[in-house]
Amino acid sequence: MINKLWGFFIIIGISFTILVGNLDGLNDTILTSTKSGVDMVLELIPIIILWSGLMKIAESSGLLEQISKIFHPLLSKLFPSLKKNSKALGYITSNIAANALGLGSAATPFGLKAMECMQNENDNKKVASDAMITFLVLNTSGVTIIPTTVIALRLMHKSANPEEIIIPAILATICSSIAGLSLDYIRRRKRK
Amino acid sequence: MSQISKLMIPLFVLFVIFYGLKKKIVIYDVFLEGAKEGLVTVFNIFPSIIAMVFAINIFLNSNILDFLFQFLNPLLSILNIPLNILPMALIRPISGTASLAIMNDIFIKYGPDSLSGRIASVLQGCTDTTIYVLALYFGSIKISKTRHALSTGLFADFIGILASFLIVNFFFS
Repeated sequence: MINKLWGFFIIIGISFTILVGNLDGLNDTILTSTKSGVDMVLELIPIIILWSGLMKIAESSGLLEQISKIFHPLLSKLFPSLKKNSKALGYITSNIAANALGLGSAATPFGLKAMECMQNENDNKKVASDAMITFLVLNTSGVTIIPTTVIALRLMHKSANPEEIIIPAILATICSSIAGLSLDYIRRRKRK
Repeated sequence: MSQISKLMIPLFVLFVIFYGLKKKIVIYDVFLEGAKEGLVTVFNIFPSIIAMVFAINIFLNSNILDFLFQFLNPLLSILNIPLNILPMALIRPISGTASLAIMNDIFIKYGPDSLSGRIASVLQGCTDTTIYVLALYFGSIKISKTRHALSTGLFADFIGILASFLIVNFFFS
């Protein structure tokens, strides 16, 4: 997917620029545009390193686990098809908690484990179960409390208030999560 | 509201450090361990960011979007949304780095505190790479029939985009 998308951008971009005859601009773009990418990475290096360090503390001290426990009762209601005390639920809460803290790389292994556990309880191994779909809808609606990369980039471009988007982003996340979960609920009910 | 936003990060850092000390973790060593992992993450995403910035810049600088969506321009300019929000919203579910590159471009052209810069920020923060995540997670357990997972996920993203626009307008007008 990314493979095709990447090729598509370059082919369409170059062809169209040649077509409208902006050759100077095109050479400029090809030869110098990656500099803004380097700037971007340079700006992201400190915040990623800092945040990874802090999150390691959160993980080792058991804080992540504590936060997962807070989510647990709420999340178990969202997954009525899972067995009580299902292992999957533990991995789901860890995944959501890690995601919420902006710990993407730590979240993925939990998520894959959760899928594996749900697959074990799944009757038809080729077809996605209700629980899997609910989990992925929740996961992809992006429950992030502190979007560190966005804040770092805003800082780099001299925003007067880089963190001002935190609360709006949380509110928007809540909207999309509720919308996704509601639609999932309706469609699940319809099948029965 | 912006005071709460400003308190989030300091309080979070304070809490993490405090909790680590309370649980008798050697916080300094653990921090360094995590920081090293962070360095590896940066090392791994560096090439993909360069690759995406390269492709996105060629695409956006060709002005093909202005050409294709001229008819939308009057409407978008009334609402003060740059055309770049459109591709960002479309690409967000597929590639996080690509949408980050577009957001960077919007920051350069319009500034992070412009309406569009704020919408882009909230959009990047509140949605995820839905298509990529579904492919990865379902692929890992060899599920081929995903039922309503994709359409529901994309619907949530769409509401997220809509919410970003409305909330930013409400907060910062």
